[in-house]
Amino acid sequence: MNINFLDFLGPMKDAIYLNFIKNDRYMYIVDGLINTLEITAVSVIIGVIIGIICAVIKVAGKRVYICKLLGYVVDLYTTIFRGVPVMVQYLIAFIGIMPLLGIRSSFVTAIFVFGINSGAYISENIRAGIEAVDHGQEEAGRSLGFTYGKTMFLIILPQAIKNILPALGNEFIALLKETSIAGYFAVIDLTKGARIIQSQTYDGIVPYFTIAGIYLVLVVILTQLLNIFERRLKKSDRN
Amino acid sequence: MIEINNLQKSFGKNNVLKGIDLKIEKGEVVVIIGPSGSGKSTLLRCLNLLEEPTGGEIIFEGTNITDKKANINLHRQKMGMVFQHFNLFPHYTVTENITLAPTKLKKIPKEEAIEKANELLEKVDLLDKAAAYPSSLSGGQKQRVAIVRALAMEPDVMLFDEPTSALDPEMVGEVLQVMKDLAKEGMTMVVVTHEMGFAKEVGTRVIFIDEGKILEENSPKEFFENPQNPRLQDFLSKVL
Repeated sequence: MNINFLDFLGPMKDAIYLNFIKNDRYMYIVDGLINTLEITAVSVIIGVIIGIICAVIKVAGKRVYICKLLGYVVDLYTTIFRGVPVMVQYLIAFIGIMPLLGIRSSFVTAIFVFGINSGAYISENIRAGIEAVDHGQEEAGRSLGFTYGKTMFLIILPQAIKNILPALGNEFIALLKETSIAGYFAVIDLTKGARIIQSQTYDGIVPYFTIAGIYLVLVVILTQLLNIFERRLKKSDRN
Repeated sequence: MIEINNLQKSFGKNNVLKGIDLKIEKGEVVVIIGPSGSGKSTLLRCLNLLEEPTGGEIIFEGTNITDKKANINLHRQKMGMVFQHFNLFPHYTVTENITLAPTKLKKIPKEEAIEKANELLEKVDLLDKAAAYPSSLSGGQKQRVAIVRALAMEPDVMLFDEPTSALDPEMVGEVLQVMKDLAKEGMTMVVVTHEMGFAKEVGTRVIFIDEGKILEENSPKEFFENPQNPRLQDFLSKVL
């Protein structure tokens, strides 16, 4: 009965049937997609949290001594994690560090690697965003009696994040694509799902073109969502 | 209320304030004038330590706030400041701009803070803008909101740093009017301005600063009609 439904696909129908319908192989794609989205979302959240902390430390380093010292640690962190390929970082984590920590979950390893890696990029974005906020905002906050920290979190950071939203969105999109290497480390993500199908059907075309299309659609949707979100935040700038 | 003793401030090798002595009593409206680069804004910004003085002391309500142990955040709550460029928070509405500090710092309940904000907005004739974002306001409206934001903390003294310098000429009047009303209510004010009319009409004392020093200090009448210092005579001849 599936054949009827596939009739309009013409010559492609056999390939589609073989790769996705037979033995419920489409579930590899569905499960993979869910894993890919979960890893990306959790990693970005971790990355943003790390990014905000690191960026605030860097900016506060100009006036708080302890932050100046911590700033060197942050510099080291961003240099290393932006300077070493994420594949190599993953190898070190997967084969070296995680077993040492006794962590066996390949999902946890994935969000650990991608979270820390994207944190290094996001922190630089947020720092630039903070520095782009007019200095008068800090002065106004301080003149009302807010501490430096409260001024940062109530007044400067919200504006900084709004400033860098496009950059953050791009980081999210880059990360979504980057997670495709997780499949080489025991995670069944979208890419790995396609590889499993290909290994069973010996078809190198249909599975890979399918996931390529899925990645592309995801990226386009995310870009659109980001635009909508940005417009909403800009509401305060409109006349 | 404020006593400034031998206040000095230098940026690197550039000495901007070279020993300022000044006493400001409760209820006074002290107007500071002087050419650009004279240090008048720096003096005002030193009063709430937005600029950290490099020498001398500032006694505010009996506390030496230049002392490292003084909690400047608490003292700043009693010193409202109004900036040349307004510095309203663009991501908050007018009401949120005004209620932010009272609710977060004085822990005043939100409803009470909003009520107070509305009262103050009514006074400056901007109640209809309560829900607006700053970007939709004109310069004069922004500055009136900025004044209200500072007043919402119920400060003991208000510092004005060239509050009308960034405004279109036709909006200067509305801001000055708010400041005049404030002075009438007995608010202690320190105003850095180029508005000689305001100095004459509202000031209780006018101070002339040049090259980091107070060169003349007098009642407005004497100050404008009978200036003593040659530098001030020269300055007034150019601006009046």
